[in-house]
Amino acid sequence: MEKVIFEYHSQSTSYVPAADPQAAKKHIPVEYLGVEEVILPQVSEQDVIRHFTALSKLNFGVDNGFYPLGSCTMKYNPKINETVADFDGLAGIHPYAPEECVQGALQLVYELEGFLKEVSGFAGMTLQPAAGAHGEITGVLLIKAYHQQNHPEQKRTVILVPDTAHGTNPATAALAGYQVRQVKSDDQGDIDLDDLQRNLGPDIAALMLTNPNTLGLFEKNILEVSRQVHKSGALLYGDGANFNALLGLIKPAELGFDVMHFNLHKTFSTPHGGGGPGAGAVGTIKELTPFLPVPQVIKKGKKYFWKHQQANSIGKVRSFYGNFLIAVRAYAYFFALGAEGIARVGRQAVLNANYLKHKLENYYPVPYGRTCMHEFVMTPHHDWAVSTLDIAKRIIDYGFHPPTIYFPLIVHEAMMIEPTETETKETMDTFVNALGQIAAEAVQNPELLKKAPLTSPVGRIDEARAGRQLILKYEKGRDAR
Amino acid sequence: MDYIGNTEADNKDILRELGIASTEDLLKDLPQDRIIRQRLGLPPAASEFEVKTQLRKIASQNSSVADFACFLGAGAYDHYIPSTVPVITKRGEFYTAYTPYQPEISQGTLQSIFEYQTMICNLTGMDVANASLYDGATALYEAIHLACEHTQRNIILVAKAIHPEYRQVVHTYLKNSRIIIKEIPFLAGLTDLAALKSQLTDQVAAVVVQQPNFFGCLEPVQQLGAMSHEQGALFITSVYPVSLGVLQKPAEYGADIVTGEGQSLGLPVSFGGPYLGIFACRQEFMRKMPGRIVGESIDNRGQRAYVLTLQAREQHIRRERATSNICSNEALCALSACVYLSSMGAAGLRDVATASLSGAHYLANAIGRIPGWKINFKTAFFNEFVATAPGNIEALNRRLLRKNIIGGLPLEKYYPELKKSLLFCVTEKRTKTEIDTLVSILKENR
Repeated sequence: MEKVIFEYHSQSTSYVPAADPQAAKKHIPVEYLGVEEVILPQVSEQDVIRHFTALSKLNFGVDNGFYPLGSCTMKYNPKINETVADFDGLAGIHPYAPEECVQGALQLVYELEGFLKEVSGFAGMTLQPAAGAHGEITGVLLIKAYHQQNHPEQKRTVILVPDTAHGTNPATAALAGYQVRQVKSDDQGDIDLDDLQRNLGPDIAALMLTNPNTLGLFEKNILEVSRQVHKSGALLYGDGANFNALLGLIKPAELGFDVMHFNLHKTFSTPHGGGGPGAGAVGTIKELTPFLPVPQVIKKGKKYFWKHQQANSIGKVRSFYGNFLIAVRAYAYFFALGAEGIARVGRQAVLNANYLKHKLENYYPVPYGRTCMHEFVMTPHHDWAVSTLDIAKRIIDYGFHPPTIYFPLIVHEAMMIEPTETETKETMDTFVNALGQIAAEAVQNPELLKKAPLTSPVGRIDEARAGRQLILKYEKGRDAR
Repeated sequence: MDYIGNTEADNKDILRELGIASTEDLLKDLPQDRIIRQRLGLPPAASEFEVKTQLRKIASQNSSVADFACFLGAGAYDHYIPSTVPVITKRGEFYTAYTPYQPEISQGTLQSIFEYQTMICNLTGMDVANASLYDGATALYEAIHLACEHTQRNIILVAKAIHPEYRQVVHTYLKNSRIIIKEIPFLAGLTDLAALKSQLTDQVAAVVVQQPNFFGCLEPVQQLGAMSHEQGALFITSVYPVSLGVLQKPAEYGADIVTGEGQSLGLPVSFGGPYLGIFACRQEFMRKMPGRIVGESIDNRGQRAYVLTLQAREQHIRRERATSNICSNEALCALSACVYLSSMGAAGLRDVATASLSGAHYLANAIGRIPGWKINFKTAFFNEFVATAPGNIEALNRRLLRKNIIGGLPLEKYYPELKKSLLFCVTEKRTKTEIDTLVSILKENR
């Protein structure tokens, strides 16, 4: 294992001219100044580079291999996106530079919003949210503002979420001050229409729905769902985490969604960065556009402007305008694929997932077996002496990233697999072979799986110990061992 | 171009294997009349060369800090970024990974976050830091949320001298909630202590200030902290991390929760994002913190290893009872900060802070001597200050642009009372020549 950077000691390299050490005292009263020196690593550039290069080798990304993490859409991150995001004219622009200095940036925001509107069917769009969950809270605040503006006398205090929903949906609804009520799924894996009907009423503000849902299934009653929701006076929120399945195939607004977030870091090829930064654009139908966050980019003639004033706007959800350099990458992706390429994405993602499901069904049960969209959920056989966790860890030994595990919650021992459109048949075949061997091992040598992974830089980690010892920072002499 | 790897032959093999004639056979659950049949209204597909040309064209319509001497700050700072930072963050093993749910093959991300948490704790003097939030504004909101949950009180006193956009974000989140926000005015550039005292009751959950504040002025934090604690309120600050290269640590002046915008630690100004939300606090609030936290443990081979910990606070476990709804954060930006601070070291960070404040004081002194100009607040400041011009400031900023200088930020939009006032910022990147050129043009403004 690699040392902690604080355990290195070498001569620091200097990057800026040395400053007069007395200058701070000259200008700033001493009571504002720090007494003791901050403890930071003191290391040479060579050590910095070796340390972080060593750490990078302990990581696994899409660039390292197949990463079928369900609901996370780990598609290939094109390198041109990274190149253009580094251009001085994009990375080096100050958010408060006058509008005449940032016409290109405003054009990019304006056009990307247009592209997103085109593939989603929505009338309004904002790029301000920094992530998917941030888009969710933005969307739910839009819904809240809409209800308050249009019928302040109503008491819509509850948001419905299906039992297959991502954890962010109920967490978001609660954060926005709503009570959360769960709607059941039926035996087909769709939202249970009867249970939905029972729950809809004058107290419901919205239903938050992911389509395809987290079982990877298209909600085949979606038009009926949206009809019922709207009839009750509620709105339909779309969680766009799984939008890759529908890209170029169907527009969510045409299915009855009123507001929806889009994860640029899933569907539009921007990298996940080891957990972020992403971006969570939000689209809305016309009736909700007056509530969108400010500022919005507008175009007059050939010039672009910020529009800061909008009477009914919910306000701002983030400083400045969102994760602009992520938007730059998504723009490059749209521009590369164009109308022809975008039309292929959803279809290819669906084709790949069905192929993988078809092949893996030979070894693993798939509880909701109908045609899937971009992902599917399978489990170990119930008579195997190994768990999903054991299988996931063994997958690491075969050189792949494991799928999403133990989610959705309604499937016992779930493994959620999403290949995306960028993976080849050849890669998927290699994965299928490995999973076939693991299935055999599960029967013949379950102990092997319980010990896995054997080839990774570290073995299974004692999570309970981490929670007990709570070593959350480096302190000299303190060590979990 | 697209990034689909399968050849047409591969797809035909797949269809044959599935026993279907076309991908359309997989779409039977979809309402057929809603499937897109016409060409999308998007540009035609382009080669990589054409994509690059298009983005170059767009970039050329912008004025960047690479070509202009930038005197804008206000939450986005043009500091020097060592070459080490992009070299590391551009490694595919880091930037193409997901959240480290599988720790055995994510030790790179996990250990770098652990090191980042350590550095943030060391800079602020706090006990614990999380793995990052979206930005300085949302981090401030999360701190307020925590304070209300912890104290079970519902009034928040927010200094008006906090970044206007941060206050706007807090308002957006808390509108129509049970939490009441009261703004405390400023007097001579600093939070008005008498006004604060009159509002500070035992119903106040937290007092929230920025250090240095939006005007660059140094707030009397020691006093503010003591006043807050006297009423049992928490003391929350939003900090500019580079300033901590010379300024007192928030722990030393009694901060309970420290938030901040981490952009200054190795991230470009980027037209406002991606940035880095810093969040650190005292041990007492650890289990109420938002976001990911990395902890040290051991693996089954006895090696030191890192995992996401205290996950019972988070949305994927706790759902509607989670401390926050955050899932994706700004991990790669935290890595940038980690590499930045490792490269600079304490001495380098002190040099950056010192050079920035020295340049700002040199500029303020020069502006103060221009007839007709005035420095608004006669109080200690870091690397930003407010100055008021005798003449038209829009015309002035246009004239500066023609000399490749981006001037100060006009403040009237945010504070109507600050007419003809500009917020100037100086970082270590501004040379004496650039500052002198700026001053010579300011002299023409009457």
